[in-house]
Amino acid sequence: MKIHEHQAKELLAKSGVAVPAGFVAYSVDEAVQAAKKLEATGCKVFVVKAQIHAGGRGKAGGVKIAKNMDEVKLHAGNILGAVLKTHQTGPDGQEVRRLWIEAANPPKRELYLSLVLDRAKKCVSLLASAEGGMDIEELAEKQPEKILTQPIDPMTGWNAFNSRRLADFFELPKGEADKAGLRKQLDKFVTGIYKMFWEKDCSILEINPLCIVGEGASEQIMPLDCKINFDSNALARHPDILELRDETEEDPSELEASKFDLNFIALDGNIGCMVNGAGLAMATMDIIKHYGGAPANFLDVGGGATTEKVREAFKIILKDPKVKGLFVNIFGGIMRCDVIANGVVQAAKEVDVKVPLVVRLEGTNVELGKQILKDSGLALIAADSMADGAQKIVKAIGA
Amino acid sequence: MSVLVNKDSIIITQGITGKTGLFHSQQCREYASTKLVGGVTPGRGGTQVDGFHVWDSCYEAVKKEGANVSMVFVPPFFAADAIMEALDAGIELVVAITEGIPVLDMLKVKEFLLKKNDERAEMGLKAARLIGPNCPGIITPEEAKIGIMPGYIHKKGSVGIVSRSGTLTYEAVHQTTTLGYGQSTCIGIGGDPINGTDFIDSLKLFNDDAATESVVMIGEIGGSAEEEAAAWVKANMKKPVVGFIAGQTAPPGRRMGHAGAIISGSSGTAESKMKALEAAGIKVSPTPAEIGVTLKSVL
Repeated sequence: MKIHEHQAKELLAKSGVAVPAGFVAYSVDEAVQAAKKLEATGCKVFVVKAQIHAGGRGKAGGVKIAKNMDEVKLHAGNILGAVLKTHQTGPDGQEVRRLWIEAANPPKRELYLSLVLDRAKKCVSLLASAEGGMDIEELAEKQPEKILTQPIDPMTGWNAFNSRRLADFFELPKGEADKAGLRKQLDKFVTGIYKMFWEKDCSILEINPLCIVGEGASEQIMPLDCKINFDSNALARHPDILELRDETEEDPSELEASKFDLNFIALDGNIGCMVNGAGLAMATMDIIKHYGGAPANFLDVGGGATTEKVREAFKIILKDPKVKGLFVNIFGGIMRCDVIANGVVQAAKEVDVKVPLVVRLEGTNVELGKQILKDSGLALIAADSMADGAQKIVKAIGA
Repeated sequence: MSVLVNKDSIIITQGITGKTGLFHSQQCREYASTKLVGGVTPGRGGTQVDGFHVWDSCYEAVKKEGANVSMVFVPPFFAADAIMEALDAGIELVVAITEGIPVLDMLKVKEFLLKKNDERAEMGLKAARLIGPNCPGIITPEEAKIGIMPGYIHKKGSVGIVSRSGTLTYEAVHQTTTLGYGQSTCIGIGGDPINGTDFIDSLKLFNDDAATESVVMIGEIGGSAEEEAAAWVKANMKKPVVGFIAGQTAPPGRRMGHAGAIISGSSGTAESKMKALEAAGIKVSPTPAEIGVTLKSVL
């Protein structure tokens, strides 16, 4: 699950990490009120930041500096309601529904820090770079030597020596020269975010950029942006995190599907797919492409594939006007093919499927299942194998 | 021969009194010579469910029945604890079917397993092993089935199958059965980012198993387990291996059903995995429908 930048910063603040002062705003008025509250604490320059679940907001015009209330008003008015298109939003972009008004902190240095699940090393690893603000993927590809990867032992956690190594890597001042105690601040910062990573079951925690702001003895380590994703499998044990979910940021079809415990992801093609099992569902998309078609979605109905689930799946797939045909690909294991066939027939009748429907069944009681499909009176096309089914649906829609 | 399980394995189910746990325990008991003797549900010890003994703990099941294999159907938030209990009780093989275990819980389990195996090594015992989680389980056809796969599609034979996906494994099983090869053992390693047994572990077992003459490995997008396995095959494997990778059309940054099936940035793509497999001399089936014929072409 993703959350907004302002929610991430609020979580950081709760775990004892210094973050820039700011307030969330849902309207231009609220934005001005937020800036006034910041002004009362001595702040003179403000940042108006669009809050959407995607990176690349700055380049898309979603982050503006304001030097007075008129500018706050102007930028807030322009950004709220605007549709931002970034490399992470997809071609349709994402509408901005809320803003984060923050006290501007001109950075002297921009660094990069993230905590990620390290699948190969089976631990959480810290990635760091002295080149903040860069796209880390791009940097990893072009200049991997500029990235420090520090695997963290799950038993001992983040240690003081880890912090010393990181501070050296960042070339922070040391001894007498470290007037502001930046090394100590960095240690506190990473210790805090690592603790939170475990406590809240995060899957990614990325600070880009992590900045050094202020002057002389009042220099501070400050996260100017923050992205946190959570492990969906763990959400039920974190009601406080679940409350941060913003459903308006999610694809409406995917949201609807999740209510019926269906794994659904919308794609750009025109052949709807309904499959049991995640691997088979991916492979079904692939085989459609292999035979010259384009899948409209990923959909795993799970092992059950009950009539209710099949019906809801049909509805969700057919809501997309691009869909010109449906391919049902089921390998019935424990769930028998005759049961699945009955479910498909009943759902197809209830939903009134008007596009070509190809059904491939394999597994337990397959002959019985095929007979049920044949006797249903529905104009569906039976397929003998996955390859046969993919070819038939591609042909049926005339792709 | 076969790997990890056979007709002599003494199996228990953790979470046997749950609906799913009981159903699949019954299915396993009915399959060939599977010795599923009972199960564990804390607080329900001493009772019976459909002819199965129920114990309060794995310790009790090990002591009274000599159980050496456990199949885990415990709900996600309690599954890590159940797996560690089984390992601590001395169970050699834990097969975790449960889907949806928080990934940080699995990091703890991995650490625990490593420590346990250090202890076992000191005692001269062979290493304990975890299969899964989020997997269909493991089956040695016509001997023992520990998991949720449909038993009847399998046939005793020569192909070792290792896969991150359940239903895709069934496809491969079905095709190798139809072609008459049959399977030595099929291992579902699961769709989670952190698992107990990986491709390399399974390939090692198949490499050393006399009954296994060839191997099918089925991977999918996300992580780099397939790339690592390819390098291992190139350096060590004595038997022909064919592969399939699901997710060639999956968009980056989206989780495709399995928690582990996600392309992060430019890493974990099907393309990079297929390239790695081919570079290691593993023939890759172009579609899931051609896994069997691809295998036939290299034998």
